[in-house]
Amino acid sequence: MAGKGRGIAAFTFNIEALGLSRGSMPETQRGPTPLFPQIEYKPGPLKAGEDEDYMRALKQEMRGRMKDLPFNIKPHAGKGDVERYKEKYTREIKRIEDDNWTPDWNYLPKELKPQKKIIRKKRDTKTNAKVSSKDKEELLNKLDALEKKGDVKSDDEEDEAKGEKKENDEEGEEEEIEGEFDEELEEENDYIANYFEDGDDYGGGSDDNMDEATY
Amino acid sequence: MTTEIPRYFLEMTAQEVRLCGLLLQEHFGDVVEKVGTHLIRSGVLTLRALAHETKLALDLVKKSLCVLVQHGMCTFGPGRRGPAGPVEYRINCERILHMLRYPRYIYTAKSLYGDTGELIIEEILQRGQMTMSSTVKTVADRLTHNMPEGQSMDYSEVVSAFSRLVETHFLQRCPPMASAGSSSSGAVDTSLPVVTQPAEPESNPECYKLPYINLTGQGKRRRSSEDGEDDQRAAKKAKTDNSQCGDEGIYWQVNFLRFHLHFRDQAIISAVSCKLDQTSSEIVRTMLRMSEVTTPAHAAFTQALSANEIFRSLPSNYNIARPILDQYLTLLVDDPMEFVGKTGDSGGGMYVVNLHRALANLARATLESVVQERFGSRSARIFRLLLRKRHLEQKQVEDFAMVPAKEAKDMLYTLLSENLVQLQEVPKTPDYAPSRTFYLYTVNQLPTARLLLQHCYKTIGNLIERRLYETKENKRLLEKSQRIEAILASLQATGAETAQLTEVEEMITAPERQQLESLRHHINKLDSSENQVDETIFLLESYINSTQASR
Repeated sequence: MAGKGRGIAAFTFNIEALGLSRGSMPETQRGPTPLFPQIEYKPGPLKAGEDEDYMRALKQEMRGRMKDLPFNIKPHAGKGDVERYKEKYTREIKRIEDDNWTPDWNYLPKELKPQKKIIRKKRDTKTNAKVSSKDKEELLNKLDALEKKGDVKSDDEEDEAKGEKKENDEEGEEEEIEGEFDEELEEENDYIANYFEDGDDYGGGSDDNMDEATY
Repeated sequence: MTTEIPRYFLEMTAQEVRLCGLLLQEHFGDVVEKVGTHLIRSGVLTLRALAHETKLALDLVKKSLCVLVQHGMCTFGPGRRGPAGPVEYRINCERILHMLRYPRYIYTAKSLYGDTGELIIEEILQRGQMTMSSTVKTVADRLTHNMPEGQSMDYSEVVSAFSRLVETHFLQRCPPMASAGSSSSGAVDTSLPVVTQPAEPESNPECYKLPYINLTGQGKRRRSSEDGEDDQRAAKKAKTDNSQCGDEGIYWQVNFLRFHLHFRDQAIISAVSCKLDQTSSEIVRTMLRMSEVTTPAHAAFTQALSANEIFRSLPSNYNIARPILDQYLTLLVDDPMEFVGKTGDSGGGMYVVNLHRALANLARATLESVVQERFGSRSARIFRLLLRKRHLEQKQVEDFAMVPAKEAKDMLYTLLSENLVQLQEVPKTPDYAPSRTFYLYTVNQLPTARLLLQHCYKTIGNLIERRLYETKENKRLLEKSQRIEAILASLQATGAETAQLTEVEEMITAPERQQLESLRHHINKLDSSENQVDETIFLLESYINSTQASR
């Protein structure tokens, strides 16, 4: 680097020893080097031949193929409400395989296994708890009212209510299977859920996901 | 026996990280790329930390790790807190970079074992690891699909190709897990991590043992859309029928090290062939073949072979007389490239192939070639001079290289600024006074090779980015072209008239066609360049690894 020669370049070492002289110094930089500088020696041509062409074709094919395998993980794009008509055929033509690739769990740490049941049950019990408490009240009221009318009818209604609950459970389970990798809420972490004030809307919010849209 | 130094224990450079990211994204998508890149940068992480730091959904992170482990690109093991603590994950960068070489592995398999071998390697590379039975079925189906109607590929043929690949060690069993038993007790999933990490594959004595499988039949032809549903159901059923074959739980992976040894041998043989002649290269090929199984992976030279043995092992179509062989061997030994060395006189002379020397010479030739192509033949002459003579003063460089002083200075300065040449100060007096210090130019092969290797990684990164850019710029046109091709294909399948086909073809205008053609040409060039830069990467990596192993 230059010394304090007041604008005059002064070196701390003897530049004669390097064979350089003051006059032959390259020009100082006046700005950033150009993005695509002129090159004096053009690069040679690529090897061209059958082998090279074949390997290039292999590369391109593999690139295309890997995109269709289940190892290519897509971010949580909202799964369309209805599977588009063409999807079925696109999948067949491109040999896209089902997203449900299951590795051999014997060779992986347990924690990588998607844990669906625990979480869903919690949610179910939450909502079920709320629903069932509501139901229970209703049931009790109805039972009381119907006691006077007769036992048969109340049995029917009880069965109906039970049937509904069963349906809910089944729906919940179905969603479990379909949305195998879909839980986004609960994580195994140190943060206990109770620390959060969920607010009154919390239960209602999750209910929307489970039921069909009600108009 | 020296083992490959696991590179994932060393720091990854910025260029390597970038390239790994691009490769992950290309093959596995953005999610896996994000997880992988973060893991590369952080070194080792637990699942929880990884999810927290990448801010990705936990299930996505889990899936990504599964994919990476499946492909051998990520390993896991007990963390710092010991077996009771959370599992830690670590990325294997080297394995990610091998993805660049997939076409070469597949093509090599094709040249050695035909189309069947090619497809076997291709399938296993695409899926990371597979059982023998599922590989055989998938490959048989694919081969059948390309055969004329009515013919199909028998499973036994595929099995025999698979067996040959295993016998020659191109395929190996994935290392088994030691404590896999804990999962079968039927207990609820606890978060007990699997304690042991998979060991080196060759530490398993059954690494190359073929399982007995109960598999007979032929490949199935994939039918067109009418039978599609039945076929899909059948295919799904076939997939779940794996357990009947008897080899469940035994997974096979590509043995990259073996392929690399093959490439190394190929490079040496072709170098001999270029430098000397065909017969010499055949002799070296024979010597390498003979010592394939006895030479450890990063040995500096093969086991000593006697001239008598070599003579007996020459291929039958090479009818050279015994004295001629001796002459050739002498020629090889005397050649300055030092491909072959003589280590004794018994048995008509004991000879070895100097593997490390050969790799070093190939690397040197590569460096010299790079300097020549970038800076001209006189700069190359100076570079070669410095490689050979080690340290030279300015004046000496001018004299030995026979280059006029001014130009020599210019060239040296350019090479210096590119870090291909270094300056060393040798003081005459303890005070390092400039007028009393020697300034010597020098070139050191190993660090220069490392530098060039980084340039190569950067180059491929640039090539990939450019290709992505070109594709993105022409996205609309590419999509249009694909749609039209699909329409044409379906029209042809239903037997449309030529007029209709022409009408559809004309939906792409002439200038658009030209643009597409030009795009295709660019992308082909970029892809081809990637493959060829990878050849240089392979040579330099082999040389660097060989040097490190021999220290």
